[in-house]
Amino acid sequence: MIGRIFAWLADGAHWQGSDGILTRLIEHLAYSLVAVVIAALIAIPLGLFIGHTGRGRFLVVNLTGAARAIPSLGLLFLAVLWLGPKFSGDIAFLAPAGLVLVVLAIPPILSGAYAGVEGVDPQARDAAKGMGMRGTEVLRQVEVPCALPLIMSGIRSATLQVIATATIAAVVGLGGLGRFLIDGLAVRDTPQTASGAVLVALLALAVDMVLALVQRSVVSRGLTGRYAGVPVVDVDAREGVTQPTAAMEHGA
Amino acid sequence: MSWFLDHLGDVLDLTVRHIYLAGVPLILGLLIALPLGWLARRYKALYPVLIIGTGLLYTIPSLALFIMLPLLLGTKVLNPNNVIIAMTIYTVALLVRTVADGLGSVPEAVNQSATAMGYQRGRRFVSVELPLAVPVISAGLRVAAVSNVSIVSVAALIGVAQLGSLFTDGFSRDFMDPIIVGVIACVLLALLFDATILALTRLATPWLRAVKAPS
Repeated sequence: MIGRIFAWLADGAHWQGSDGILTRLIEHLAYSLVAVVIAALIAIPLGLFIGHTGRGRFLVVNLTGAARAIPSLGLLFLAVLWLGPKFSGDIAFLAPAGLVLVVLAIPPILSGAYAGVEGVDPQARDAAKGMGMRGTEVLRQVEVPCALPLIMSGIRSATLQVIATATIAAVVGLGGLGRFLIDGLAVRDTPQTASGAVLVALLALAVDMVLALVQRSVVSRGLTGRYAGVPVVDVDAREGVTQPTAAMEHGA
Repeated sequence: MSWFLDHLGDVLDLTVRHIYLAGVPLILGLLIALPLGWLARRYKALYPVLIIGTGLLYTIPSLALFIMLPLLLGTKVLNPNNVIIAMTIYTVALLVRTVADGLGSVPEAVNQSATAMGYQRGRRFVSVELPLAVPVISAGLRVAAVSNVSIVSVAALIGVAQLGSLFTDGFSRDFMDPIIVGVIACVLLALLFDATILALTRLATPWLRAVKAPS
């Protein structure tokens, strides 16, 4: 079987055209990027606000818990059946599916941003105030940089969730690599299905690795303890017990 | 509502299957994660290896894992064991870190006291470290339980029957009632799992309630 997957993937014809691997890959990346960016634009400011002011804490805690329990496949079908008839053409499934992707991406990012700010060392905050910083300055110059590891891990888990759900969304007609899985299952084309599964898994791994590198470059070395000649301290290991949930979203 | 009442038997049958597919991996995953978490704690060099390794497994989207497993294991595609194994992998991926961190949350002074009282390494682990790590492990287990219930429904796409079958059934007939019933049943099931773990945790941690002495 492994050989047949390689053979399918090695066939140049499968890579080209409007239903080829390259097109599907770009579609998958585009959906995921757009959904995560929109979700981040909503969730990060909201999470920072809640973490900074302490107002609406119950909202974050309950929302993230509840969101994890809702099955993404059911949500996707409901959205398409309910909202689909309100649109015509391709938008009929694109809009509801996109909406579901954004909705699913919000809770992990929100809880990451909130927990990041909430978890900032109170002494660092006091020191900033003592230096004469105002509320927004404390937020921008102290709380956000300190919260970046958790904000990034929220974005990473949201991204994984979106990539996984975008795969499933091929059932309702969305493009992307999920097409190979869903179409392959429908016509019992095992090499195509399996190759699609391998591609999706590789995509998820690659994207997560890229985000890990981004996280490494944006998080201050003062937090990670990565100085020249000093052994690397894993940021993830440091988050540890304090915030197990932000890094544990997956859902789909 | 009338659809639900007419199909009560079917929904119950699917619910039982769903409990089996989401619940068994939770137990298997915990049993596998305990020794792995202990290893990660005991041998510091193993910690990043195990955490990154299980983290990579967790990034694989569920539908892809459901499809790849039968090919790797040689099992039949419709065999529910594929789902059990996939969900066990996800559970282990979540719990190894939780177990390691939970064991790490046990105060060193407690460990040293236990050693001084004559506890050998194995007995100390079972009767001192593990009980004290229960609150942290339980928090991870609750996350795993709730997300398991949600992820299992994706298995409907590969034809393994559980509550997710209501989604595919409803969608193929352009009929919302089964989907709504399925979503509600999934959420209720997740709450049930969560409440069960909370109750078991309460039973396992009498010391959490015993510390409040009158001052």
